[in-house]
Amino acid sequence: MAIQVRNQTTGESMPPPPVSGGTGRKQRTRLEETWRRFRKNGWAMSGMVLLLFLAVVAIGADFVAPEGLDEQQLGRRFVPPSAEALLGTDHLGRDILSRIIHGSRLSLSIGFITTSIGLLIGGGLGAVAGYYGGSRDQAIMRIMDVILAVPGFIFAVALVTALGPNLTNLMIAVGVNSIPYFARIIRSSVMSVKENEYIEAARALGCSHTWIILRHVIPNSFAPILVQATLRIGDTIIIAAGLSFLGLGAQPPLPEWGAMLSGGRQYLRDAWWMATFPGIAIMFTVLAFNLVGDGLRDALDPRLKN
Amino acid sequence: MAEALQEPLVREPLVRLVDLHKEFKTRQGSLHAVDGVNLHINQGETLGLVGESGCGKSTTGRLLVRLLEATSGQVLFRGTDVQSLNRGELKEFARKAQIVFQDPFSSLDPRMSVAEIISEALLVHKLYRQGKALRKRVGELMDYAGIASRLMNSYPHELDGGRRQRVGIARALALEPEFLVLDEPVSALDVSIQAQILNLFEDLQQELQLTYLFIAHDLSVVKHISDRIAVMYMGQIVELGAADEVIHNPLHPYTEALVSAIPRMARRGEHQRIILEGDVPSPIDPPAICRFYGRCPLRQEICRRPVELLEVEPDHFVRCVLREPASPR
Repeated sequence: MAIQVRNQTTGESMPPPPVSGGTGRKQRTRLEETWRRFRKNGWAMSGMVLLLFLAVVAIGADFVAPEGLDEQQLGRRFVPPSAEALLGTDHLGRDILSRIIHGSRLSLSIGFITTSIGLLIGGGLGAVAGYYGGSRDQAIMRIMDVILAVPGFIFAVALVTALGPNLTNLMIAVGVNSIPYFARIIRSSVMSVKENEYIEAARALGCSHTWIILRHVIPNSFAPILVQATLRIGDTIIIAAGLSFLGLGAQPPLPEWGAMLSGGRQYLRDAWWMATFPGIAIMFTVLAFNLVGDGLRDALDPRLKN
Repeated sequence: MAEALQEPLVREPLVRLVDLHKEFKTRQGSLHAVDGVNLHINQGETLGLVGESGCGKSTTGRLLVRLLEATSGQVLFRGTDVQSLNRGELKEFARKAQIVFQDPFSSLDPRMSVAEIISEALLVHKLYRQGKALRKRVGELMDYAGIASRLMNSYPHELDGGRRQRVGIARALALEPEFLVLDEPVSALDVSIQAQILNLFEDLQQELQLTYLFIAHDLSVVKHISDRIAVMYMGQIVELGAADEVIHNPLHPYTEALVSAIPRMARRGEHQRIILEGDVPSPIDPPAICRFYGRCPLRQEICRRPVELLEVEPDHFVRCVLREPASPR
């Protein structure tokens, strides 16, 4: 065999040598297996393509968008979709397409940031609750129940109203609202993972609880977490857009899709394009995340299918 | 109370269990999984611990390496009670006593490569750092366990049961322990592989001066490897003695039934299989009579009382009314 390449970060040699004396079938890693199943799923793949497209647009917004996010040209207000402005212009003569493109940054970051808040805090709490059980479990999960008992949207409205309407507070509110969902799913997955004997083996070897949670429990609970996170990004984008629609999130002139929808509402009769296109953008983005999330769930655990 | 400890000892045993109890709280009541076990394991010997599922043998093994906390009683390792160890001492204790598990599928983390599994303990105990020396050590440990070191970068699901179990053994050996709890280490393996793994344990014992507690659910597995055998039934030791004694001269009716279940070449007419009737009674709040009463082929009215583990023959202990000496001590 050729000289093995050392992976700089882990110090492991790679790639793994093929196992001889096996069944003859090429051994695949879990990742390859998951990807193979994911690829066969047409809906999931279209969601994935859509997401990649969105990501490219969001990252390159400054280059992709024909105009800036707040370039007002009052001489061309309410222009319908045409060659001049592909998706039309709004009441201040701003190009809708450009605003949607710039807004994709906002919506995607809101989705990722709020989900990360939920994932980190909820995941940590859920892991502690599931791993230790007992009174810690009770205390944490009852607080989660309290949060869940309040309808998510109303909870976020209350929190933003209390903290003041801006984008940061919106993300905090939606993030906090996501915590119980992650806490629950991670708790249940941790509870099943910790029954494995390799957890006992690690304890017998003298590993600390923190080490065991980080090295064994979380990596093995990863699949359901990933699925939940993907689906949750879609949800948070919707909630955030809803709050912005009510004026509780992004403030003008930020091109947040929900805020654009809200701004276009008053002119719906005369300039339908103002509200319609941001709405379609929200719809396709959320759809993409849901397709990918469902696809991941099927690919990661084939038993769950149907 | 401590009947089993009364035998004369030349030196302090490596492990000594003193009146060990472990109760689990269940909805129906408290389940006495280990009910007053007294045992010792001498340095360098193999003690076979035999009994059917749910008799408390695995619980005993887990108490020994403190994966569980005893309800009462002591687990003495070189005279120190394992129960009293604090977090730091427990980590040190991990370097002396290790455990090999039954199920080679659930005892290895599926997300870790063989090298990662074996090296984990060495890293946690800061005996090695990532690098060449560590990989060399992992290779040595794999050699010890009889698994080719080229499989270092494989993942558990790529290995067969025997190889997986060898990875588990290499992991247990990583900290160079002197004592191993082997919790049914061959029960999940094919018969052909069982023999290989049993031989491996014997070789390792010779080479590394290991002491074993070998847990199994049938006598055929432990009879060759054990120096002494303890038979457990519903949380109690019912018979304890040298392996040959227990196999060839079983005194407890339960042991007799186990012995009769050992597959062997037919010895004309002599071999009669004793089939026990009935199920194991619920271990929750058992009546204070001989635990085996309900299933015993020899049961009599006098058996309806608590029975002690007594030394009926030299170094051969049994817990049976019918074997008690005529004049009680």
